[in-house]
This record gives sequence, structure tokens and C-alpha cells, in this order.
Amino acid sequence: MPKIKGTKAVLEVLKEQGVKVIFGIPGGVMIPLYDALYDEPALKHVLMRHEQAAAMAAEGYARRSGTVGVCFATSGPGATNLVTGLANAMMDSIPIVAVTGQVRTTAIGRDSFQEADVTGITIPVTKNNRLVKRPEDLIPTLREAFYVARTGRPGPCLVDMPMDVSTAEVEWIAPGGNGDYDLEGYAPPSDGDPELIEQAAKLIALSRRPILYLGGGVVSAGASPEARALARKCNLYVVNTLIGKGAYPETDPQSLGMPGMHGTTYASYGIQHSDLIIAIGARFDDRVTGDLSTFAPEAKIIHIDIDPAEIGKNRAADVGIVGDAKRVLAALVEIVPERARGEWEDHLDEYRAEHPLWIPACEGVYPQYVIDQIFQLTNGDAVVTTEVGQHQMWAAQLYRAKEPRQFLSSGGLGAMGYGFPAAIGAQMASPEAVVFDIAGDGSIQMNIQELATAVYEKLPVKVAILNNGYLGMVRQWQELLFDRRYSGVELSGNPDFAAVAKAYGAEGRTITTRDEVRPALEWSLGITDRPVFLDFHTVAEECVFPMIPAGKSFRDIMEKHPASKGGD
Amino acid sequence: MKHTIAALVNNRPGVLAKVSGLFARRGYNIDSLAVGPTIDAAHDGDEQKYSRMTIVVDDEGDPRIMDQIEKQLGKLVDVVHISDHTRADVVRRELAMIKIDCPPDKRPEVVAICQAFRAQIDDIGRETVIIQVTGAPEKVDGMVQVVGATYPIRELVRTGRVVLARGERGT
Repeated sequence: MPKIKGTKAVLEVLKEQGVKVIFGIPGGVMIPLYDALYDEPALKHVLMRHEQAAAMAAEGYARRSGTVGVCFATSGPGATNLVTGLANAMMDSIPIVAVTGQVRTTAIGRDSFQEADVTGITIPVTKNNRLVKRPEDLIPTLREAFYVARTGRPGPCLVDMPMDVSTAEVEWIAPGGNGDYDLEGYAPPSDGDPELIEQAAKLIALSRRPILYLGGGVVSAGASPEARALARKCNLYVVNTLIGKGAYPETDPQSLGMPGMHGTTYASYGIQHSDLIIAIGARFDDRVTGDLSTFAPEAKIIHIDIDPAEIGKNRAADVGIVGDAKRVLAALVEIVPERARGEWEDHLDEYRAEHPLWIPACEGVYPQYVIDQIFQLTNGDAVVTTEVGQHQMWAAQLYRAKEPRQFLSSGGLGAMGYGFPAAIGAQMASPEAVVFDIAGDGSIQMNIQELATAVYEKLPVKVAILNNGYLGMVRQWQELLFDRRYSGVELSGNPDFAAVAKAYGAEGRTITTRDEVRPALEWSLGITDRPVFLDFHTVAEECVFPMIPAGKSFRDIMEKHPASKGGD
Repeated sequence: MKHTIAALVNNRPGVLAKVSGLFARRGYNIDSLAVGPTIDAAHDGDEQKYSRMTIVVDDEGDPRIMDQIEKQLGKLVDVVHISDHTRADVVRRELAMIKIDCPPDKRPEVVAICQAFRAQIDDIGRETVIIQVTGAPEKVDGMVQVVGATYPIRELVRTGRVVLARGERGT
């Protein structure tokens, strides 16, 4: 192939890697790349209104579609705005590739206009990043970024591209050929050690109170069918992390839902009192374990993860298996002996019946009721994204995911502002799906400008704002742990969200009574050509329960408000 | 306890920042870090391709820290190979240059000390001498102590520790 422009080469590599949609914003040094994009009908560009949202939309797209998400940003502020999105992708292991413009190589290091040391800044928040200094490195570096992002433990990769590099003529290199990238030090694990898998099977056979603990790794690996097969063959009860929602259907009787700080009492109880935790693609995060020294003291641990550094990082493993969850589970399911349902499972059923989640039946717009209504009306089939805070935990509890890639939330980083751009990305990946962003009045304002993007792209994303006039989760902690000293949590300057939506050309409605909840949701489901803001004015000082305060144990669980007299 | 890790890494821009940044953000303490281009026949003889890092870290009494350091380092795309040589049969070396105050009449005494340590004198100024000592870290410590006890040290520079495995075994 003859020499081609670097910008053209970038787009050729993107197409070769299967990219269909790019989320981005141009800027000075990105004009040549956007000029090349002008002639490229196979690549859909979604113009975002903030680069953070571009990264998060790419994540929503990646998570929903199971492919690598792509975002573009210009040098300097464009690239630095990506940082929160990249950090989120790093924490939740989401494969995205960020292509950033950089000033000319001759201008680097001179504090040039819109210059920032982006590869320096993003080292801790990327799986790998590269500054492309020579035109001949451009093609291999981009390919390497896609490969690294999607293999092993997925994560974000960034390629920083100086303007003179992207505009130079480069020799086209065939994929996989001589001169392509070289990753000698990078060997993603694949099959697990068969001996260890045998040991795991033995531990399962010997256990009396096993719990299957599924994390986001099961979703990334596409190992949900294998995880379900294991649960069925051994009659295992299942708990899942926030990122692992849908890995096992939460609507199934064997699912206990999410354990931990705001998990269901029965999931936390089950994992705490188990004698064997089979952890797959989960990392014993502090929001799950609370105080590690008192967490599940009688449990032996089987830990399956593609990242060797996760094994033994927080909780020592009795059997640690490094490998691809899909392959390891397939091997395990084959050799593990069938296990009959026992007293433990009966006991968990009883316990669950005695400790249900609470959905208020009384007057007033209760956030739990709104989410339950969304669940009922969508038959549990919607794609749900969330922001971060109380609404997120209620959504995690009450929107029971049936399938992987159905519930997209910012877990590790806990980044407010994630849900709306992620919903835009998810809707781009699944145009036919009903997509709900369950939001808070604080969080939605962190990326509210993306209304313009969603309106322009005619995306019927439904945003359910559970508006309590507070930064609710912080208020809850202040109420319960800081003697009701509400400091910096009152969102008294809130706009009329429905009016804001309408100003952008979207739909909006305000809901102030319980009776209006269901009709408003039904109305929103009928809108198919633009986003909708549903502003639910909810009971202001409702708290999320159950709650295990940070650093505490299951025995410290608050199932309901300490001041409440029981019952409802 | 102090551990000595050797890492073979790609000789590319930004790799040192990636390695040192990892130690900083995960809260591991680096005692010393030495790095330079290398040749490694077991991987690829190309002289420009790799650097070898020798990193000395303190595990602060928690053995899990070393496990994490090795695994987290191993995850860096540009790290080709790592091993912990703390208890292994390796040649460990460090180099120090010590500039001391030394009037001309004291020079013979300094030369005698240098001979005892197999150190050498690299520079003689009007009132100063630069001594260079190479050896196992304990020897370098000893030299610094002995010289410092008698002659005021003006300036001191030490390389980090470097190691190479003995015999056929790779580092």
C-alpha cells in the first residue's frame, strides 16, 4: 500500500479494529484528524459537550456492546478533561481507547498553547499509554492500544498524537505483519492451572455453606453462561458485586443480590456466614467486605481472576486461580461433582423472607417506589445506568438485572456524572433498547450539558431524577454519623429540571405525588425520538438501608433507621 | 526487610515514570533504583531494546507487600521480566564517590585506607580527595563510616544497588 496521511491511517486502524462510533470533541491540533473523519461515513462521530462525558459515553458503549469504546479529545484541556473518565474505566476494567491530540513534537516541553503532559498525567489512570513520537510508530501504537485495552483485565489505553506525527505521511503496515507492535512483556492469562481447578472442585464438594460471589470480571469474560451452569450444577446461592450485576439473573431464587455496605441483608448475611466463597472476577472491595479482619471468618476462599495481583490482595485465597473466567469456569463445571441443595440454602431462603428490602407503600414519592415502578414497567429488561449516591444504591437493590451488560454504574471510582453519558453510549450501542439513567439531583448536574448531545442524536434516554434537594448520600452519613450536622449538602439552587430539558429540546415532566409516578413513566416510555427528564420530587430525608458503615462488619448492620420503631 | 528486585523493561520513554509512579501510588518505599540500557541474550540481543532496573524496596515486615509489588510491576505492559533476588546467589554491587577534606600531609594515610578497602583515589585537589569505592553494599557502608570518622566528608554520591545472578541462571 502506498504512503497515506497519518490521520487517514488512524481511521483505517479504527475501522480495522471494528470501531463504529467515536465520542469526542475536536480542538486545534485535532482539526486534521477531524478533516479526515469528514470523508469517513463508516465511522459515526458523536459530538459530546464535555470530554469527561466523551470518555464515559465510550465506556457506556463499551460495556453495553462488549467491544472497545473510543473517544477523541484535543490537547491540553481536552485531554485533561478525560482524566475522570479514564480513572473510572481503570477502576471498573472497561476497555476504551482514548486518542488525544498533542502539540507538535518540536513544541513539546515549551509550555506551548494547549500543551499538557497527558501521558504523564494519565499513567495512574490508564492500563497503558503512549506518546507517539515518530510517524512510523503511529499504526502499531494504535493497534497495540486496542489489543491491550480488550485483552487480559480490560482497561483504558491512551494514545497521544502530536500534530506533526498525525499529519505526516506513513507507510501502511498490514495488521499482524512485520513492523506491527511488539508486546514481549504482556501475556494475558488464559487457561487456569488444572490442578488448582481440581482443588477448587474438591473444596466445593466438601463445603456445607458455599456462596458464589460474582464480579465484573464474569461480565467482561463473557462467562455468565458458565457461572450460571456452575450455580445450577452445585445448587449454589449467588451474590454479585455492583459491576457484576446480571452475571447471574438477580430475579432467580438462587440470587441473593448484592452484599456489602448497601447490599441486601441476606446477601451480606450469606457471604459473611459461608464456609466457602467462590469469588470470580471480583476483588473483595472494601464496600463488599467492610472490616477485612472480621469478614467471613469461617470461609475458605477460591479466587478466580485474570489479574494475578487481585489474588491475595485483600483477602488471602486458599485456592487462587489465575485465568480467563470463561475457560476456568468451563473446566470447573465439567469436573465438579453435583452438589445437592442443603440446609444452608433452606436457611438462606428463610432468612431472606425475614429480612426483605423495604419498598414504602405509604403516600409521598419514595425513591424506592419509583425504581420499583421502573422495574415493573420495563419488566426488568431495560438497560439501566446510574450516577453515584443514594439513587445508585436503591437502583442496585431494586432494579434486579437479568442479563450481563444491562446495569452500568460507576463502581470503583464512584464518579457522579457517569450515568447520563454512559446512557448515551449504551443507547448508541443498543438503539432499540429502553435505556434509563437513574440519577440524583446532584449527579445529573455534573454532566447535564449532554442533553444537547442526546437531543441532537435523537436518543430516547430516560433520566429519572430522584430529586431530594440534597447530596443525599453525604446527607445520610451526616444524619446518621455526624449528628445531623448538614454541611455543604443542600442543593438549594436546583433548577426546574423539566424546564431545562425542554430548553434543550428534550421532554420533561415534574412528579410530585405518588399517583403521578406510574403515568409519568408510561408517558416517557412512549417517547422514542428524544431524551426525557423525569424530575421526581422525592421524600427529602429518606436513607438507604440496609447500611453497614464504612470499616464495620456485618454485625453492625443497620437494617432500618435507628430512630424508627420497626414496621412501616 | 529489604528486597532486591531486578526488572527487565523496554527501553522506551516513560517507562521509568511508570515504574516509579507505581511504587509511589501504591505506597511502597523505594530505597534505591538503578537503571541503564542492557543486553539480555535470553530475550533478544538487541542493545537498544531493554533497560535493566535494580530496585531495592523495604517490605516493612509485611510479606504480602512483595507479592503485590511483583504482581503489580508484572502488569505494566513495558515490564518484560521481574525477579526477586533477595535470597538468591547473586553478585551485588554498589559504587560510591566520597569527597573528603584532606590536606596534602594526610594523603598517605588516605591511600592506606583505600588500599584496605580496595578503593581508589579518583581526584586529588588542593585540600580535597575523591575516593571511589565499589563493592557489596556493606563494604561501601563500611568505607563511608571509616573515612567519615577521620575526615570531614564534603560530598557523597552513591549509585543504587545493582545485581546480576551468578552462573547460568538469569537475573
